[in-house]
Amino acid sequence: MKNVLIFLISTSVGYLHQESVLRSSTGRVQSGEQTIRISASTFEFTPSEITVKKGIPVVLELISQDRHHGFKLVEFDLRADIQPGATEKVRFIPDKTGTFTFFCDVFCGGGHEDMSGILKVIE
Amino acid sequence: MNDLMNRRDLLKLAGMGVAVFVSGTTVRAGGAAQIKNESFYFVQLSDTHWGFNGPNINPDSQGTLKKAVAAVNGLDEQPDFVVFTGDLTQTTDDRKIRRDRMAEFRDIVSQLKVKTVRFMPGEHDASLDRGEAYQEFFGDLHYTFDHNGVHFIVLDNVSDPMAAVGDKQLQWLKADLQQMKKEARIVLLTHRPLFDLAPDWDWATRDGDAVIDALMQHPNVTVLYGHIHQEHHHMTGHIAHHAAKSLMWALPEPGSVPKKAQIPWNASEPYKGLGFREVEAQVASARYNIKELPVSRG
Repeated sequence: MKNVLIFLISTSVGYLHQESVLRSSTGRVQSGEQTIRISASTFEFTPSEITVKKGIPVVLELISQDRHHGFKLVEFDLRADIQPGATEKVRFIPDKTGTFTFFCDVFCGGGHEDMSGILKVIE
Repeated sequence: MNDLMNRRDLLKLAGMGVAVFVSGTTVRAGGAAQIKNESFYFVQLSDTHWGFNGPNINPDSQGTLKKAVAAVNGLDEQPDFVVFTGDLTQTTDDRKIRRDRMAEFRDIVSQLKVKTVRFMPGEHDASLDRGEAYQEFFGDLHYTFDHNGVHFIVLDNVSDPMAAVGDKQLQWLKADLQQMKKEARIVLLTHRPLFDLAPDWDWATRDGDAVIDALMQHPNVTVLYGHIHQEHHHMTGHIAHHAAKSLMWALPEPGSVPKKAQIPWNASEPYKGLGFREVEAQVASARYNIKELPVSRG
């Protein structure tokens, strides 16, 4: 619940000034893109569960709150390094529905192997 | 394990004064001197995670490694050497605690009767400081050694926190392999799987394919590793990969549960899923007989 709340706040605050075309369960779609901000910190992603619509381009804005983390989503061949102080943008088109796991692939400490999240792609 | 048992029976006979003749041709480990072609055995221990504290996972976290050391010391025939395939200690952000754990681990394993002990790092030992503390206590992150006609390569796929071997080490590996005869008996020891066993569980090496490609030119290569806390066997072409159990906690089979998690301690079956292994190297046939052993027979 905490993660959902943080996510809703971050997505709302970040894009209130932009025109909303469509609201999904994860926020808003602007200019034909679904933009989602994901914060990484030891040892979790916030939000840890995101939902996007199939066929609509997605922009993930990845930030780190503390140290070097990674972001990997095998099914969509995505990976990125997330460094503190920078925003890493990852773009992709979710072309299949389902539930997929993304995870940190840069060892970041004792809870590293638990640092993962869920991407849901819906029609 | 019949071959190992037969060999041990022969050794027992030898100990009783019965003449034993070990036949065999000679082989080279690499380009070096000819070595007698005798089988030998060594012990692999892995993922001891010294410093871990989780009563629901292993209430004997302070005793399991010591029991394993005692179990190895109690083997009827002592191995030629012992190898630890990484995650000697549980990771910590604290530099002093990291070193304290390594010192304690080193003290405990110094109780092994066998004095030839080979180490390599796991990500818990080396990923947060790129192997700085590890090297202070245990030496090089990657190296080779030869034993009775087998060439052992210790490969580091953990000191880079991105789980990569890296170009520099890859070139070192290729140069080493280039010196070896094609038919050389090679055992590669490493921590993470070199193939994509379960990348979403962190069970892979980013540039593992390049390592396997480099090894493919040699027909007699076997890989022993740890990291996944369970026995596992896999082939990539002609190369066999064998994962060892942990001495701290067990993990589920890859893909068997939605989210990887430590298997809780089962009081009715203590130490279940934990253990170590004997590996008998049959040099002439380049076969490796593996026997899994429990932490304690008691």
